[in-house]
Amino acid sequence: MGNISDQLAYNGKVEGDVIVTRSDAVINWIRKHSVWPMPMGLACCAIELMASAASRYDISRFGMEVMRFSPRQSDCMIVAGTVTYKMAEVVRRIYDQMGDPKWVVAMGACASTGGMYRSYAVMQGVDNIVPVDVYVSGCPPRPEALLDAMMKLQDKIGNESSVRNLSKMQSIASI
Amino acid sequence: MIDEEFSTELLGNHPYLSHRDSIDWLTVESPPEKLFQFLQSLRDLHGFDILIDLTAIDHGEEHENRFSTVVHLYSLVHRGYMRVHSVCSDNDNPAMPSAAEIYPAANWHEREAYDMFGIKFTDHPNLKRILMWDDYPYFPLRKEFPLAGIDTPLPAADVAEVTDATVEPAPMMGGPFVSSGSGPMSDSEPRAKDESWTEEMEKGT
Repeated sequence: MGNISDQLAYNGKVEGDVIVTRSDAVINWIRKHSVWPMPMGLACCAIELMASAASRYDISRFGMEVMRFSPRQSDCMIVAGTVTYKMAEVVRRIYDQMGDPKWVVAMGACASTGGMYRSYAVMQGVDNIVPVDVYVSGCPPRPEALLDAMMKLQDKIGNESSVRNLSKMQSIASI
Repeated sequence: MIDEEFSTELLGNHPYLSHRDSIDWLTVESPPEKLFQFLQSLRDLHGFDILIDLTAIDHGEEHENRFSTVVHLYSLVHRGYMRVHSVCSDNDNPAMPSAAEIYPAANWHEREAYDMFGIKFTDHPNLKRILMWDDYPYFPLRKEFPLAGIDTPLPAADVAEVTDATVEPAPMMGGPFVSSGSGPMSDSEPRAKDESWTEEMEKGT
């Protein structure tokens, strides 16, 4: 009789080369550790976004270092900065070009609510045009705050029903 | 040197000009129809080789001549600035000759002044909006335009259709958000001027 952790962990002697699990668990495990961000840098938040990719904060610890400037290759759009009405069209088009499954992080006060720009030119929150999964407060947020948000997004991805994926598809259809 | 002597000579050589009081630089008033000719001679004969800024002013609807434009020039020869002010005669269709041919830097400045104030710069090579999108129906820096904006369709019709989003007036509760402009930095950051009213609680009169 081994200790408790031996019983819970995978034991090759007992189970051989086969692991039995739920496909949701595997797919989500793969997805959450390979979130490729689409850096939608629109203002000063983008500077903090770049800092979080650099060596001190090192977003690659979470499998997110591959910033893709092509929406076709990315999974998570990080909207970092002020979304003007003129730019809103572009943000939506790039979101539309991303392949499913996809997530959106509204980074900073401007992307979340329009921030201090209560004016004729600025969209009051990017959630007017794309479904946002995680909001990050701050003006701009520190890189730690973005990392925290990305970890929250990983938790969210981990709890999704990815095989049927109904909830995700419905949330897209309702937007 | 841009001094009293220079100013007297300039006004003497160009009889259509008039002097305008200013706290800093030499400022002259030029009628719009002479502006192009005057700027040309400032550049070619008087050494004002750099256009620093070109912008417009809306003096308010009740003002007799509502719009005027201001050109700021710098001279590497005299090592000094001067300012040329011109009043648009028509309040409904304000117009001004374009300086883009003389100072290429004026090109985008004039587009901005057109975008924000609706002043038409005649003979401009490419007079279209520079900040707002092309079919935006208003001129946002005119006095009657509210800071929060006016309900307008989104620039892209297809995006508007999928998202139901429109350009809507921004919530102004507690606003406007301005800096006091004086005092220590920690107190002079932009913040709500009047926090007594919210979206639920109407602004007291």
